[in-house]
Amino acid sequence: MRLTLRIWRQPSADAKGKMKKYVLDDVEPDMSFLEMLDVLNEKLILDDEDPVSFDHDCREGICGSCAMVINGTPHGPQKNTTTCQLHMRHFNDGDTIDVEPWRARAFPVVKDLVTDRSAFDEIIKAGGYISVNTGSAPEAHAIPVDKVSADDAFDAATCIGCGACVAACPNGSSMLFTSAKVTHLGLLPQGQPERATRAMNMLAKQDELDFGGCTNVGACHEVCPKGIPLASIAQLNHDVLGATLSGARSD
Amino acid sequence: MSELHQEPTATQGEGRYVVGDPIADTRAPDSPIGDRWSDRKFSARLVNPANRRKMSVIVVGTGLAGGAAAATLGEAGYHVKSFCFQDSPRRAHSIAAQGGINAAKNYRYDGDSVHRLFYDTVKGGDFRSRESNVHRLAEVSLNIIDQCVAQGVPFAREYSGLLDTRSFGGTQVSRTFYARGQTGQQLLLGAYQALERQVAAGTVEMHPRTEMLDLIVVDGKARGIVTRNLFTGQIDTHLADVVILCSGGYGNVYYLSTNAKGSNVTAAWRAHKRGALFANPCYTQIHPTCIPVSGDYQSKLTLMSESLRNDGRVWVPKERGDDRPPNEIPEDERDYYLERQYPAFGNLVPRDIASRAAKNMCDAEHGVGPGGLGVYLDFSDAIERLGRHAVEAKYGNLFEMYQRITGDDPYEVPMRIYPAIHYTMGGLWVDYDLRSTIPGLFVGGEANFSDHGANRLGASALMQGLSDGYFVLPTTVANYLADAPFEEVPEDHPDVVEAVESTRERIDKLLSANGHRTVDSFHRELGQLVWDQCGMARSKEGLEKALDRIPSLREEFWRDVKIVGTGDGFNQSLEKAGRVADFMELAELMCIDALHREESCGGHFRVEHQTEDGEAARDDENFSYVAAWEYGGDDHRPVLHKEDLEFSYVHPSQRSYK
Repeated sequence: MRLTLRIWRQPSADAKGKMKKYVLDDVEPDMSFLEMLDVLNEKLILDDEDPVSFDHDCREGICGSCAMVINGTPHGPQKNTTTCQLHMRHFNDGDTIDVEPWRARAFPVVKDLVTDRSAFDEIIKAGGYISVNTGSAPEAHAIPVDKVSADDAFDAATCIGCGACVAACPNGSSMLFTSAKVTHLGLLPQGQPERATRAMNMLAKQDELDFGGCTNVGACHEVCPKGIPLASIAQLNHDVLGATLSGARSD
Repeated sequence: MSELHQEPTATQGEGRYVVGDPIADTRAPDSPIGDRWSDRKFSARLVNPANRRKMSVIVVGTGLAGGAAAATLGEAGYHVKSFCFQDSPRRAHSIAAQGGINAAKNYRYDGDSVHRLFYDTVKGGDFRSRESNVHRLAEVSLNIIDQCVAQGVPFAREYSGLLDTRSFGGTQVSRTFYARGQTGQQLLLGAYQALERQVAAGTVEMHPRTEMLDLIVVDGKARGIVTRNLFTGQIDTHLADVVILCSGGYGNVYYLSTNAKGSNVTAAWRAHKRGALFANPCYTQIHPTCIPVSGDYQSKLTLMSESLRNDGRVWVPKERGDDRPPNEIPEDERDYYLERQYPAFGNLVPRDIASRAAKNMCDAEHGVGPGGLGVYLDFSDAIERLGRHAVEAKYGNLFEMYQRITGDDPYEVPMRIYPAIHYTMGGLWVDYDLRSTIPGLFVGGEANFSDHGANRLGASALMQGLSDGYFVLPTTVANYLADAPFEEVPEDHPDVVEAVESTRERIDKLLSANGHRTVDSFHRELGQLVWDQCGMARSKEGLEKALDRIPSLREEFWRDVKIVGTGDGFNQSLEKAGRVADFMELAELMCIDALHREESCGGHFRVEHQTEDGEAARDDENFSYVAAWEYGGDDHRPVLHKEDLEFSYVHPSQRSYK
């Protein structure tokens, strides 16, 4: 396959960026999208050009590192698929492909396609956990969890923290990310004692950072490589409302 | 090294290494095996809670071992600095573990016990692990599940609301707890959340995108690390009372492996060059069920969880070179070779055995797919027996992943699989307390050599990472810190300055070569060499070939590598180059270790040492020891220190899974 790539090149956080065109011959359909970029980078290096920087690590769709907007869609055209798991057989010979970083105020570009997503860690830090110290746990079978709740909690817990939801949202909101954690922990009996404060604190932190507000557009769910249910956001709103009515406050 | 260093006594292996003093003591308590860990916990000295915040701890790596250790030491009140090269601690490679975590809970009432998990692990490791450590691992496995459930890890459950388990290779009980095909992710997020909670509490200082490039040793003690900020390129020093490395394994020496692209040996190798012994580097694990290579652009290999062997049946065509599509090959023309050769364990034999059997089938031209490098893993019987829905519930995400990568639908066509490097049992040598040979340097998780001997059983890596991180290190590190805080090390101490200077020089040297070959091209060549000669099967001849080539490849690398850009900012080629440079040195030690070990055991298969029916032939008389290597200096041979293994509770026998 012969492809034309237009890739966002930005030498550093402060520099101005622009789209730059590259033509690649001999792209194999069985290559992953990142392997195609590897091939480009090998060429660039030998031509004395700076290779394209992009985040990637496990290349199995689970670490959440890879993050590219491909033809306007975070992670590209295939549903429920991270960039690293997208293969070139989904493109055609002669295609032109645009490749850009996440575009969101909360995720500033560091270089080329690499952004700083540490704001997600800030949200988790604000309450995305159950406060149990090592060694203080009761016997595991002392806390039965009904299978439906366990399965639903698991579905929400599969979030990989890639940030595609934020990149897709016209408001740059992290609501799907935040609500996935609130839902995961809030559905489990272990998560009940902190349920109200957790929802309040995580939401307050999200608002304090550079994320926008949620207006129920739903683009986040559409691009989420793990298919985190949109119902998570309803769950978060429900928990926040409940917390507010019960008089809980964020710290 | 202070305690071990003596003049080497003999030169061996055609002058490739020298033999030094044996390691006499692993500092395990001298009590019956079931009492050792309780005795150690009781004898460990305690630190007054008010003094803990004056003591500083560096933890490198935020996987299961590092994340859990940093969180737990933070909870205890120590001043912890945690480092990872990824952009967030949540992305450490533990996240990619699929199948599950073992624990001797015996919830199934199927005959499991701490002793049985201990026994299975020692046997699975082909009698090359240390009994004391393995027993502790089996004991602690019970606490791990409790801890993770309390954290909200969403393990699979039955309709009763109780925890579900499944079976894994090398065992006949069902003791593997799991969270669909994403157990590592869920356990890591549990540790990550505990860690972030401590960051919020102010006990842990988090340094993401920061790579350790050297260990600072002052007056014989590990006192800090040199790091590079991957965003800005800035070189910094971080000083502390104790350093804990949980930096993972070295599988990426093979270039193609199931490890994440960033996984590397640099932290461990730097510590090795500063005096920590490196144990059993040739013990590497080849996982039998990975997606085969599809082209020479391939950047990594993808694992299909071992849990698939619970329901999938492995076969090849009986006819050599049969290239009919699998569904057209009738039942009686298929060879279910694992079920045939190992009727007792069938498709659930341990990984080393399943991998070698696949290789043997492919070598005998029964392999399928491109290049004949693959065997079938077939689910049609399971789908017929359990229904598609049940199979989907168990393995749905794995099937999707397979389809995304290969374009084939495993519900319709059998999967094609082939072995790939997956885990490394070798690592920095540690004693019972997980202390390396440098005082003040502790090592946890895959980075140490501790618990798996020559072969790791499935679902035991997560168990070991969390055992080290949540339970062992916090106890043993506290014992060490009872003498802290130590005298403050000034930033201009000669040993600190030297470590920083040598780090800078190395980076400058890499950048100034400005040669003709990319880092990846060197890495691929090294990987292929190590895979061919020190992979699934090893021979004297092949290893010597590799040992002749590696030094010249290394020399070529330093002379001819090409890196674009500078060190003052984000430069991924430079990051890779530093890691590959260390792999080039490690590869040599791996081959020396493999050459010196004139026996076959677990993942180390020397073709010269096999039984009549092709199984690994161990030599307990001569090789029942841990090979712990001391760095000999840039131009000197490594020094071998032997730790004799004693088996008082599990008696070594020829492993049989027939």
